[in-house]
Amino acid sequence: MSDANQISYWELIKNGILKENTIFKLALSLCPAIAVTTSLKNGFFMGVAVVFVQVMVNLTVSAMRKFIHQRIRLPIFMLVISGWVTVVNLLMDAYVPDVYKEVGLYIQLIVAFASILARAEMFASKNRLTPSLFDGLGMGLGFLVALVFISIFRELFGKGTILGVSIIGAKPLLILVLPAGGFFAVGILMALFNWLYARYAAKPGAH
Amino acid sequence: MERSRDQNRLIVSTSPHIRSEETTQHIVWSVNLALLPAALMGIYFFGPMAAAIIAVSITTAVLCEYGYQKALKKRVTIDDGSAVLTGLLFGLTLPPSVPLYIPFVGSFVAIVLAKQLFGGLGFNIFNPALIGRAFVQISFPKLMTVWLEPTAAFVFIDAKTTATPLGILKEEGLQKLLEHSGTYLNLYTNMLFGHRPGSLGETSVVALLMGAAFLLYRRYISWHIPVSFLSTAGLLAWVFGGSEGLFTGDPVLHLLSGGIILSAFFMATDYVTSPSIRKGQIIFGIGCGFLTMLIRLKGGYPEGVMFAILLMNCFSPLIDRSFRSNVFGAAERKGLLK
Repeated sequence: MSDANQISYWELIKNGILKENTIFKLALSLCPAIAVTTSLKNGFFMGVAVVFVQVMVNLTVSAMRKFIHQRIRLPIFMLVISGWVTVVNLLMDAYVPDVYKEVGLYIQLIVAFASILARAEMFASKNRLTPSLFDGLGMGLGFLVALVFISIFRELFGKGTILGVSIIGAKPLLILVLPAGGFFAVGILMALFNWLYARYAAKPGAH
Repeated sequence: MERSRDQNRLIVSTSPHIRSEETTQHIVWSVNLALLPAALMGIYFFGPMAAAIIAVSITTAVLCEYGYQKALKKRVTIDDGSAVLTGLLFGLTLPPSVPLYIPFVGSFVAIVLAKQLFGGLGFNIFNPALIGRAFVQISFPKLMTVWLEPTAAFVFIDAKTTATPLGILKEEGLQKLLEHSGTYLNLYTNMLFGHRPGSLGETSVVALLMGAAFLLYRRYISWHIPVSFLSTAGLLAWVFGGSEGLFTGDPVLHLLSGGIILSAFFMATDYVTSPSIRKGQIIFGIGCGFLTMLIRLKGGYPEGVMFAILLMNCFSPLIDRSFRSNVFGAAERKGLLK
């Protein structure tokens, strides 16, 4: 991980989306993945918020890495994360109030995301600015992609709509918009993702 | 020559050396047989639609098991009867008026999500039929609470929709239920034979008890879970079930209504999802009875058997572990943590 200079930026993004996908591969941050994915709109904005926080945290930590004392690095990381979460929290409250009303609590919970702290600790604090930027972008996009897939699945089959537009014309499986159905949805999509990924990774040429 | 014949006399094999006729297959098909009277009574009371629902449910379950095992290149085990049993049990818990896609969806969920994804027969944590039931209950709340008046005619009749005895008991009280059927005796007889609205296979207590007696006689199920389940539920119904204070409830009415007889004998006793040690089975039964009555008397649903058993299924491994007997000859473990 420390010799990131040899890995291309594209590899860093791919790593976040495929190999170390926060939800489907690492199974981290599942609480918001189940709580906010009842509609595509909520899932998308939650994902965007995470991309923003992850990128900004990685940049900040990477820029300050020479000044952070090893002993107190975790509290410092937490302060940085809380700072950027506050920024995204206020931004969403101001510009997308209807989404914020539903997912606001989970936006604030981004502070406690294991994945964000983990990237700050494992990557940004050991790497220069540009690789940290792309690592944050990759990890955040991985989360966004997962959330979008889960919320499309749940909104389509739970409410019969996509972005509020009726597609099926009925509510096929109400359970999918309830928390119990969230677990079903995440489990099924996780299995599908890993199955496809295993086939992709087994191909020659893909690493 | 002589030598080699002598050698063949000693056959060395690993244990077990004594095999009984009673394979898993045999037991599961016997349970299917034991459920047959209840299924027939359901068809008798609720007409051909009931038969169609049970048929769709069983067919889907078997096809899903076959398809899943084929797709994953596993050994196909549909002949062990467990998929048929899951389909049959699930079908018997459905209201007789549901459209036919409900048994289809529920059986699919029961076999694929609740059974095969956990590893197949013997590895599922929860009773598959009950997971299927819970899934459709939550997905189709309106369709799953339409109950039909029994017709007892084997014919298509536009049956009247009505409320189940438990529903009436919960919403309007015992008095209303009595008005409905005249005397206490009438009420009890109707509920005993199954002439009451309810799920397909749960109404006829007599038919269910016949099947249960057969299983108990063949020792395929033990009395521990049903007895502790039903007596706990009955006791709680008597103490807390009345409208005029403590000890005025009607335990008989509570035991005859809902799916408690079907569940206590055929679902709570599932080998895979219930404890296998006797003491543990009694704890399991008490837990089921307690949770059932808690939901019936205080919860939002009129019937709580399904969620009660599913919740206790979670505890089965824990119960089994805490009542584990010491290995014979091994030193007794000391200290707080055994």
